[in-house]
Amino acid sequence: MKSFKIPKSPDDTVKDILLFLLKNEKVGSIFALSKVHNNNHAYTLITDKELLSNITPTYPLMLANAGKMISRLTMIEAVKSPVAVVLRPCELRALFELVKLEQAKLDNLLFVSFTCGGVFPIKTKKDGLENKLKEYWENVKTGEDFQELRESCRICENFVPDNADIILQLAGNDTNTGTSVLIKTEKGAGFLEGIRDQFDEGSLESTTLDTIRGKRKERKQKTFADLKTEDFGIEGLINIFGRCINCHACSKACPACYCKLCYFESADSESDPSTFEIELKKRKAIRLPADTVFYHLGRLTHVGFTCVGCGMCSDVCPTNIPVSTIFSKVSERIQKAFEYTPGKDLEEKVPMSIFEMKEFEDVED
Amino acid sequence: MANNFKPNIIGFLCNWCSYAAADLAGSSKLEVPATLTTIRVMCSSRVDPVHIISAYLQGADGVLIAGCHPGDCHYQTGNYYTRRRFALLHKIMETFKLDPERFRLSWISASEGKRFSEVTKEFAEHIEKLGPNPLKNKPFIE
Repeated sequence: MKSFKIPKSPDDTVKDILLFLLKNEKVGSIFALSKVHNNNHAYTLITDKELLSNITPTYPLMLANAGKMISRLTMIEAVKSPVAVVLRPCELRALFELVKLEQAKLDNLLFVSFTCGGVFPIKTKKDGLENKLKEYWENVKTGEDFQELRESCRICENFVPDNADIILQLAGNDTNTGTSVLIKTEKGAGFLEGIRDQFDEGSLESTTLDTIRGKRKERKQKTFADLKTEDFGIEGLINIFGRCINCHACSKACPACYCKLCYFESADSESDPSTFEIELKKRKAIRLPADTVFYHLGRLTHVGFTCVGCGMCSDVCPTNIPVSTIFSKVSERIQKAFEYTPGKDLEEKVPMSIFEMKEFEDVED
Repeated sequence: MANNFKPNIIGFLCNWCSYAAADLAGSSKLEVPATLTTIRVMCSSRVDPVHIISAYLQGADGVLIAGCHPGDCHYQTGNYYTRRRFALLHKIMETFKLDPERFRLSWISASEGKRFSEVTKEFAEHIEKLGPNPLKNKPFIE
C-alpha cells in the first residue's frame, strides 16, 4: 500500500491533504469536525480554503455520528461535486449501513479516516477536555486503556477504518515527529496523484495494532460479562431501564435508528385513558412515563443488526443508562447468529432483507 | 393456583392459512382452547417483534404466531422473514433471561384444521404448565 509521511501533527497533516485537494480542485468541499465560535466544535462543510485552518478532525469528541450527518446530506441524491469526508471508523461503518438501508449515497465522497484512539464523552468538553489532551495522545500512542474515554471506545475492536480511501496512522503510532498516511484504495490514489513525487510502502497490519485489538477485546469481554444481562429477567431490565425518562435522545443520536416516523413516537404507541384504566385494573399501580422497558426492547429489535457500537446513545443519555454497552452486547449476539458484520461490506445484505430457505429451524415448528 | 390458572394466549394468525385453519377446526367440531385470543393479520410477517414484546409486557401468558408453511406464503416469501424476526426476538429474550418459551412460531396451512386444534391445545397446556406470566399483575412494570 502506498504511503507517505508528513512531518506534522495529525490535524495539520489532514489539513495539508485537504488543502492539496481543494487547491487542485479535486474536491469541491470538505466535511470535517471544526472549531466554531468560542472553542465549540461541530461537523462542518467547508469550501473556503481560508476556513480550513479551523478544522480539528482528530479532536477526540463526537458530537454527532458523522455517518448520520452524511446520510442527511445524501439521502435524496448523491452530492454533485466531490466531497472529502473526514470521519472516524465507526462513523464510516454507520454510513455504510445507512447506504445499504437506502438512506445515503456514496457517490462523489472521498473518505479520509484514521486508526482511532477513541473519543471523550461529550460532557468532558465542559469538564476540561483541553487539559486531558496531552494524556490522551500519550495513550493513543501506546494503545493503553484510558479510563476517561467513552466506554464504547474502550471496548472497540474495530478502530481501523477498513473502508476509508486514505488512512492516517494514529493508534499505536508516535505522531510527535510526523504522521504516516496510507493510501488504501485506487480512488484515494487518484485523488492524491501529484501530492508526492515518490511514495513509500506502508501497511495497515502491525503487531502493535493486534496488541491494542487484543487488549480492547479482553476489556470488551469483561465489560459484557460484568453487565450480567443473563441474570436480568424483567427485574433486571426494570432496574437498569427504570431510570429512563423516555426522552428518546438515544434514538435521535443513533445512526442506526433512521425511521422518519418512529413507532415509539407515533400515535399507535400513545396510551389513551382507557389503556391506563385497563392497566390499573390489572396492576393497581403503574409507572409514568410508561413503556420504557418496551421502548428499549423494541429499539433493540430494530437496530440490533446495524448497531456499530459508536456509543452516541450512552453519551446523550441524561440519566446515565449504559445504553451502548447493553445494545452492543445484544447486537454482538444477534450479528453472530445472523453471521453479519455491520458496515464492513456494501455487498453484504442487511439480514432482514434476505433469508435462506432452510434456517433457524429451532425456532419454528 | 396452578389448577384454576386460565392462560391468556394471543394468536397472530395469517389470513390466508392459519386463520382459515381455525375456521376449519371450528366447522370440523375440533376443540380449540378458549384461552386463545386471535388477531388476524394479512401475513405472519406483518407481526413486528415489537407486537410480541408488547403483548408479553402487558401480561399475555403466551404468544402464538402462525403462518403458511415455508414455500407456501400467499405473498411468496413473507413467512421466511417472519422466521428471521422470530429468531432475532429469541436472541434478545435469551440475552436478558426472559422466557422465549412463551412464544411459539408454527406453520399451519388452511387445510390443517386438525393441526390448528392440536398446536393450540398443546401450546395452551405448555403455558398452563409454565404458569402465569409473572408480569401480569405486577405494579410499576414497563
